[in-house]
Amino acid sequence: MTNSLNDLTLADALRGLAKKEFSAVELTEAHLGAMEKARVLNAYLVETPEKALEMAKTSDSRIAKGEAGPLEGIPLGVKDMFATEGVRTTAGSKILDDFRPPYESTVTSQLWRDGAVLLGKLNNDEFAMGSSNETSAFGPAINPWRARGSSENLVPGGSSGGSSAAVAARLCLGATGTDTGGSIRQPAAFTGTVGIKPTYGRCSRWGIVAFASSLDQAGPFARTVKDTAILLRSMAGHDPKDTTSVDMPVPDYAAAVGRSVKGLRIGVPKEYRVEGMPPEIEKLWMQGAEWLKAAGAEVVEISLPHTKYALPAYYIVAPAEASSNLARYDGVRYGMRVPGRDVIEMYENTRAAGFGPEVRRRIMIGTYVLSAGYYDAYYVKAQKVRTLIKRDFDEAFAAGIDAVLTPTTPSPAFAIGSKASADPVEMYLNDVFTVTVNMAGLPGIAVPAGHSAEGLPLGLQLIGRPFDEETLFSVAHAVEDAAGLIAGAALKPEVWWS
Amino acid sequence: MAVDEATVRRVARLARIAVNPDEIPHLKEELNAILSFVEELSALDVSDVEPLTSVMPMKMKARQDGVTDGGDAERVLMNAPMREGDFYIVPKVVE
Repeated sequence: MTNSLNDLTLADALRGLAKKEFSAVELTEAHLGAMEKARVLNAYLVETPEKALEMAKTSDSRIAKGEAGPLEGIPLGVKDMFATEGVRTTAGSKILDDFRPPYESTVTSQLWRDGAVLLGKLNNDEFAMGSSNETSAFGPAINPWRARGSSENLVPGGSSGGSSAAVAARLCLGATGTDTGGSIRQPAAFTGTVGIKPTYGRCSRWGIVAFASSLDQAGPFARTVKDTAILLRSMAGHDPKDTTSVDMPVPDYAAAVGRSVKGLRIGVPKEYRVEGMPPEIEKLWMQGAEWLKAAGAEVVEISLPHTKYALPAYYIVAPAEASSNLARYDGVRYGMRVPGRDVIEMYENTRAAGFGPEVRRRIMIGTYVLSAGYYDAYYVKAQKVRTLIKRDFDEAFAAGIDAVLTPTTPSPAFAIGSKASADPVEMYLNDVFTVTVNMAGLPGIAVPAGHSAEGLPLGLQLIGRPFDEETLFSVAHAVEDAAGLIAGAALKPEVWWS
Repeated sequence: MAVDEATVRRVARLARIAVNPDEIPHLKEELNAILSFVEELSALDVSDVEPLTSVMPMKMKARQDGVTDGGDAERVLMNAPMREGDFYIVPKVVE
């Protein structure tokens, strides 16, 4: 990267803009330039340079007038699951075709309200169903990281793979993501970035393409814990248009970054020590516990006995809700249409041509588990298992645990195509540490904490009490601080793409 | 529980997704892999557990039952794959 403006943290960029060391237009131009050179990463599905420059100009005039918002002039990428008014929104699927929403999602509208600049729409797995960005109808986004000495392309994680790749490659200062089973935290871990899934209900889901409505939640990606805290403050908040959004004040999350973790009780769940976990993941996890101890926290082993049932229950709940949500893609009101002899055949042809194999598979599983005679055996049972998973966490928190420390993923980023086996379950296992958090509705943050033997980033996850994102930000910052990776630029991938 | 080919065809029909006959065996295999994975739950007795209905205990907000938006047919129809005036066009449904 030739321009150092791309390497700024979001917090430093805000400071530089306020001091008029550079303009919002210059900052946006630096990112548009980097995006142009990084098209091989396939992180952006749509670039919006004209809109970006127009928004940046407005920011410059607001800064000049002393009317700057909390994100004034900050260039961001937006996952293609968020409806953006007049800007093509595909959810990574062919079935939405050239859909241009006549409305803006609540979360993104709050970012623009606070002065942020839209650089473009970021690639993701089709309808956010995937853990590698390989199910996107527009081809996979590519991880800017490569194993040491290798030129093999790796996945950036998924489903928010465009977001994680763009943030890691300095193609934006931050990005939005959505997380249904790990889709923010797993890609953050694979790219050495920070990502938080807030408590269910913290951010409005209005205007986000629906996947599994009882699990979906929006959250930010950035390169530091503080930057994600700044972004979440703008994204969160009550929205009358989403009845599941919570009417609670939004705290100044960034103020929690740097707060002492002395006296906090951190739980290490023994059930997360899964079979076949690579020694380097286990080692990093224990290292994280040591760092928190050194910072004054108390680390205790805890038990979350229903952990192993979370992933199978998820693969009932998520497909069931998806099959219902995706019924709207029928070729009538928007998106693709493939003709048929009658209206049913038109639906069937449209959906066969428009949905990719993973989405089709999940719709069929969901349809099956919701079909007559199976509803109780599958869906109701899985919802009961959710009660047990949530109870495990409730009991840990009631016993005085402030946050739970786990690895984010069972491995570092893997090669594109390497999991294209016949068994879809192999890919699902990527979410083994993250999916419990969605099932229980809790907040979870992924923070980079080290590197694998081949030099690829690895992350740790912290899980918090409902609506206690502040504790997560302070503990994650303690990990970030102890890992000491930011100052030494150890979280910057070597540029091979431009 | 495992599905057979007839069930795969029935589910595809319910889901309104056209499936080629030659895709059925492969789809059957994939669906059965997922179903055998979720079968792990059968080891768990949940007879005395209430299903989770909301992840956070909160009272559903009610709003005034009034019109807050709408009346803009052009914006509603702007993404229609086929339209005539202010109507969506679909293949004939009623003879």
